[in-house]
Amino acid sequence: MIKVRIPTPLRPLTKGQGEVEAKGGSIDEMINHLEGAHPGIKGRLCDEKGELRRFVNIYVNEEDIRFLKGKDTILKDGDEVSIVPAIAGGN
Amino acid sequence: MEFTDAQVQRYSRHIILSDVGGKGQKKLARAKVLVIGAGGLGSPAALYLAAAGVGTIGLVDGDVVDLSNLQRQILHTTATLGQPKVESGKKMLASLNPDITIKTYQENVSADNIMGLLHDYDIILDGSDNFSTRFLVNDACFFAKKTLVSGSIFRFEGQLTTIKPHEGHPCYRCLYPEPPPAGLVPNCQEAGVLGVLAGTIGVLQASEAIKEILGIGEALADRLLLYDALEMKFRKLGRPKDPDCRLCGPNPTITNLLSDYTVSCSL
Repeated sequence: MIKVRIPTPLRPLTKGQGEVEAKGGSIDEMINHLEGAHPGIKGRLCDEKGELRRFVNIYVNEEDIRFLKGKDTILKDGDEVSIVPAIAGGN
Repeated sequence: MEFTDAQVQRYSRHIILSDVGGKGQKKLARAKVLVIGAGGLGSPAALYLAAAGVGTIGLVDGDVVDLSNLQRQILHTTATLGQPKVESGKKMLASLNPDITIKTYQENVSADNIMGLLHDYDIILDGSDNFSTRFLVNDACFFAKKTLVSGSIFRFEGQLTTIKPHEGHPCYRCLYPEPPPAGLVPNCQEAGVLGVLAGTIGVLQASEAIKEILGIGEALADRLLLYDALEMKFRKLGRPKDPDCRLCGPNPTITNLLSDYTVSCSL
């Protein structure tokens, strides 16, 4: 099992949960698994071409997958994945 | 520059710290920090910078104080409702520390005024409330070679990072290459924010700025700090330099400020 940290803006899709479990041997598989359990989440993470959106980062443990193998980054049991979108509030 | 007896007393808890001392306190007195947005983040940050004796603080904000601001924007009070935020903020800071210079800019940041605003300052603190300003400020600080302490908040979560590509560290676009397109995301005002969260993140921004001025400690220059108020959890994630960064990479495609930074405000 992979632990996935869900940021506040996406929690409406996970019934308010800040952490969910997912399966998958890679980020790509994990996203598809998440979409099965929480429909709509894939569209928030990926664009129409299936590429990760440029204002949402995904980390495996503490590393940004853009600097690993992107969506092909391998996941293993016990990894913690964090979804971290840009946020802009300050006022 | 010599401190008066009253100043020595005012800053005594700094001066007795071996990593600050009289020398560090003088660095603070000579420092110039520009605070963009006299709102949720800018309020606590500016208050602590003023208390710490940062010699020149610039406040940039085009808005006036609204009743809905007072849940978190502690530079302002019920008595200053309706006043320009920069004027309300200046009064508060001056009453806290009459020794410092407070400059006010009652305008919104834009591609036309940003380079002029940054020019006289050493460190920029971004407490703005929208993506277009954040990307504009990042790009402008890169071109002007100014250190930028960036904080942002959303509902119960905050982010903090210190940006200094001119010292070889990543820029904000290395972290997030582009802002979200308009229409994809809810409006900031509809989203809400825990008032005290602004205090937590704003004070951390002040802390980063003060460390930067004093040249002590480890800057958050290669990390992104995430804070979740509900879970009381702080986490630091890696924030490497992006070799393909359009702004600070070896083959940049952004070589001047863009003509249009208009986008929506949050995910």
